[in-house]
Amino acid sequence: MKNSIAILLVLAFGFFLVHILQLYHTQETLNKTATYYNTNTPAEVGAANVVTAIVVTYRGLDTLGEVTVLFLTAMILGYILRQGGKEKVTKNNTSEILITAANVLIPGSIVLGVYVFINGHLTPGGGFQGGAIIGTAITLMILANPMRTIREGLLHMVESISGFFYVLIGLAGLLFAGGFLDNRILPLGTLGDLFSAGAIPLIYSLIGLKVGTEISSIIANINETGNNTVKL
Amino acid sequence: MTLTIDKVALVLGMILMLIGLWGGFTRTNLLKIILSFSIFDTGLNILIVALGYLPGRTAPIIDGNVVTAENLAVKAIDPVPQALVLTAIVIGFGVTALMLAYALKMNQHRKSLDINHYTDLKW
Amino acid sequence: METFELITLIILAVVMIISAVMAVLSKEMPLAILASGAISLLASIFFLVLASPDVAMTEAAIGAGLTTFLFFIILRKTDQNKTENEK
Repeated sequence: MKNSIAILLVLAFGFFLVHILQLYHTQETLNKTATYYNTNTPAEVGAANVVTAIVVTYRGLDTLGEVTVLFLTAMILGYILRQGGKEKVTKNNTSEILITAANVLIPGSIVLGVYVFINGHLTPGGGFQGGAIIGTAITLMILANPMRTIREGLLHMVESISGFFYVLIGLAGLLFAGGFLDNRILPLGTLGDLFSAGAIPLIYSLIGLKVGTEISSIIANINETGNNTVKL
Repeated sequence: MTLTIDKVALVLGMILMLIGLWGGFTRTNLLKIILSFSIFDTGLNILIVALGYLPGRTAPIIDGNVVTAENLAVKAIDPVPQALVLTAIVIGFGVTALMLAYALKMNQHRKSLDINHYTDLKW
Repeated sequence: METFELITLIILAVVMIISAVMAVLSKEMPLAILASGAISLLASIFFLVLASPDVAMTEAAIGAGLTTFLFFIILRKTDQNKTENEK
């Protein structure tokens, strides 16, 4: 009975999707919005990567909201997992291979993450990808040495400071340029240089630090939770 | 109707979404339900990116050789779905982490991950 | 060239669908999690072919790496609880 209702719902959804598929035809030219972005990005924003220009400048407010959602997720996670108490790791039974490999890989991963988000306006990549790579490096650190406790205060401080400066740069755009999060508060420079595209490298670095610390604190919070049952 | 890359991706995304939906409805293990949700998420992302693809064009990144600042509008694909999916993946990670944390709490209180054992709200 | 690309992509798509069915149906939880990670990894190849390298990088780092790792941490924590119950 329960299964048949589920299959009926899936079939209804599939019928809806097949209808979309019948209406779909491959486009040959860009639509109006995409044409605007593709035509005007080099002159208006000065970034070689159009996706970065949309994420950081044209739709900058949405990105601010998105980073805020991730911040709220990390906060709620810390709150609901705090009741379980800390898990005590008393002995370090990590293998020697993992510890040695981690010591070699962690600095390289962090440098790669920083490289990815600083070059976000020139090559594929940016704050979200670089932040995820930094989060992976912190995860490897936790795996290699479970006895080390991550200093959450430091993570939260880096996160708050980068969020604060992100909003501050946005407000500076409101004062000195066209609007909130406008990147033309700094000179645009020549297309393709590392220091070009106005404030985009700065904003994307702050986003990268924020996303990296948020992902690290999510992983550290879940990893450190003990299983003490709280009596309700 | 000729077969192109974007149609293959579109059909794949739809099938992944249907499998994820079916798994979410029929499984009883909480972790399996969250896993099905993440499959649904991946399928939806493939579908949105496939909608922005134009055959014979390349990524909207100026490299100076194939794509330059002048021919960006005729050589590059639609960048808007990519910007959407970029943030959707990160939000998907946050939502998955939150659901997993709640599953962990449920497991601590009820000592089980099977939703058939949660009988408080049944009558 | 075009047909070769299409055939490769269709094979990839079939592998992804089989992995998805395995992830939903498998009784072994680690196998299901690994199948889900494989779907994300192959999806990042799909994004690269669809000319969106930004999305491919994000999917490979977050979908295939961090989400799989998160599921394994939760699996370890819930399994611990189960063995304590059995004692």
